[in-house]
Amino acid sequence: MKVRNTSRHADENVELQMTPMIDIVFQLLIFFIMTFKIVSPEGDFNIRMPLAAPSEGIPDPMQLPPIKVRMVANADGSLRGVQMGTRTLSKANPFDDLHIQIREIVGDDTGPGSIAESTEVELDCDYNLDFEYVIAAITAVSGYVADDGMSVIKLVEKIKFSPPKVPK
Amino acid sequence: MRLKKKSGAGFAEGDMTPMIDMTFQLIAFFMVLVNFTEAEQNERIRLPSSELAKPPDAPFEAPLTLQVTSTGTVIFGGQDIPVSGLKMTLLREAQLLKATPDRSVADATIIIRADQTTKTGIVQEVIQACQETGFERFALRAKQQERST
Repeated sequence: MKVRNTSRHADENVELQMTPMIDIVFQLLIFFIMTFKIVSPEGDFNIRMPLAAPSEGIPDPMQLPPIKVRMVANADGSLRGVQMGTRTLSKANPFDDLHIQIREIVGDDTGPGSIAESTEVELDCDYNLDFEYVIAAITAVSGYVADDGMSVIKLVEKIKFSPPKVPK
Repeated sequence: MRLKKKSGAGFAEGDMTPMIDMTFQLIAFFMVLVNFTEAEQNERIRLPSSELAKPPDAPFEAPLTLQVTSTGTVIFGGQDIPVSGLKMTLLREAQLLKATPDRSVADATIIIRADQTTKTGIVQEVIQACQETGFERFALRAKQQERST
């Protein structure tokens, strides 16, 4: 029977082999560096849009008509102008203007039963408008980042689209 | 004045400990950041940016990701589908959802990752195709970033 004889050499200094460990460590390091990919965080705007049923009956009389935001596009898809209701918003920063207008209407009254909850915004866009402007408009309408830079204060959450204007 | 006691004749043994410390730090850093989850992302799509797009707190129930390219095709399940053919694919998905217990089509979320230069009309057509198949919840995806310009 083999007897362990390590106890005899216990006080001998064991030389630790560094080379294989460093080899493996560098392998791992290179692997993780190669697979590393910077992904910017993505978020969502949630929209609930059931197909409008024609048999829905009489609309709620308390329901305010939606605020219409009309976005007109140039031929190349860039934004020509934004209208909110009947008024044309500033050309330079239409979305800042839109945001200020919405805040004036909604106020800082949020929460259940508030104006913000019952207000609805309808986006009416040209067919060839670039999608980024739609996101910009939704951003302007749906809220803003609070002064602390962390929390988001919500304004209007009900957003719908007008039927697409299919070019003839 | 003290002189260096060690003469140059000895075998200079570098101290390995700090280097290994640093290397392990680096490994740990990259390990934590590495993301193997095959998130449904496509290189061709440059998302529009918005500072309000916060990552969701909880994952969606039964998410379906539709990626709309700038040319107007929809990438779904690794395939390029024209918008006109999207309804067939969605109907199949809806059938699958209906067949699965405690899942319904109305609860499923359609995540729309549309390129920033996609025509809005195409995105709307995609939404319409989804609505006609019975989907109700949509999530328009954007990069969490201050909008430039």
